[in-house]
Amino acid sequence: MPKTSLKLSLQKTLHMFVQVLPIILGMLLLTSLAITAFPKDISAGFFSGNPLSDAIRGAALGSIAAGHPLASYILGGELLSAGVSLFAVTALIVSWVTVGIVQLPAEAIFLGKRFAVFRNILNFFFAIIIALLIVTTMQILAVWLP
Amino acid sequence: MTDPTTNNKHKPQKPQQRSYGGWWFLAVGLIIYIITALFDRNLVLTSIDFFSGLLGKVVPVLLLVFGLIFLFNYFFNPQIINRYLGAKSGFAGWLLAIIGGILSTGPVTAWYVMLRDLRQQGMTSSLAAVFLYSRAVKLPLLPLLIYYFGFHYTVVLCVYLIGFSMINGFIIGRVHPDQIEN
Repeated sequence: MPKTSLKLSLQKTLHMFVQVLPIILGMLLLTSLAITAFPKDISAGFFSGNPLSDAIRGAALGSIAAGHPLASYILGGELLSAGVSLFAVTALIVSWVTVGIVQLPAEAIFLGKRFAVFRNILNFFFAIIIALLIVTTMQILAVWLP
Repeated sequence: MTDPTTNNKHKPQKPQQRSYGGWWFLAVGLIIYIITALFDRNLVLTSIDFFSGLLGKVVPVLLLVFGLIFLFNYFFNPQIINRYLGAKSGFAGWLLAIIGGILSTGPVTAWYVMLRDLRQQGMTSSLAAVFLYSRAVKLPLLPLLIYYFGFHYTVVLCVYLIGFSMINGFIIGRVHPDQIEN
């Protein structure tokens, strides 16, 4: 199997690390401040607790967010710890990687406007459906698994 | 219209251009801390304490994640995925689109170029959609996902993402014609 050179792979990984590091640090800093300042208000504020509404809001947040998916896992995990529902967090992390409002112009140029717009709209609804399905599946699994 | 980017498919993937967006984001975070400290020093100290705890938990997982990203960068590149996805579709095409999407790393914009090339060579819009959706499964990031959400959740999420990548491809294949728009 042909491989990329070791030097190029190291360069690429280091480059990605340098790109992602400040985002992770910034995300952790802001999350820490938000959780410390508003420990209970985060879940009660933007997210209502209603599964469908939370999934829609989570998907909307993830759709407009840009950045490495690693940041979405950290943000989602910390939001979950702060009391935000799994519906919202799942929709957030799924739409973060499947819907790209920021990348939409580039996708439209390379793959066609109709394809890009339709795909992103479809993926937005998929993120909501997946969030509802996953939480339901987890609830079912909780009964069967220890 | 000739697009010079379409001539890049045989070149090895090079590191992306430097972007300072992340550093600006960090700078904004630090400025918010400084402004908050002017009004409530204790809140900032408590937040920094909380931040240190979070960082201590996340760093070991991040080291593992970047180790895996390095291995992926070393073993897989666009040329390999390009070679296998250029095949005619059918069950093998769908399977390869899913595997290719999962194994693809780096910014998605780099892959739009490859997909456009492949579509001009006959790849269906369904397979392009399957490939793009499967990118949601990030193998090198699985340790972080497991750390935050648990093993069972991670497995369920990956299964749904792969399943929905096929539904996505099916719907897009029905709705969207298999031609590049320009």
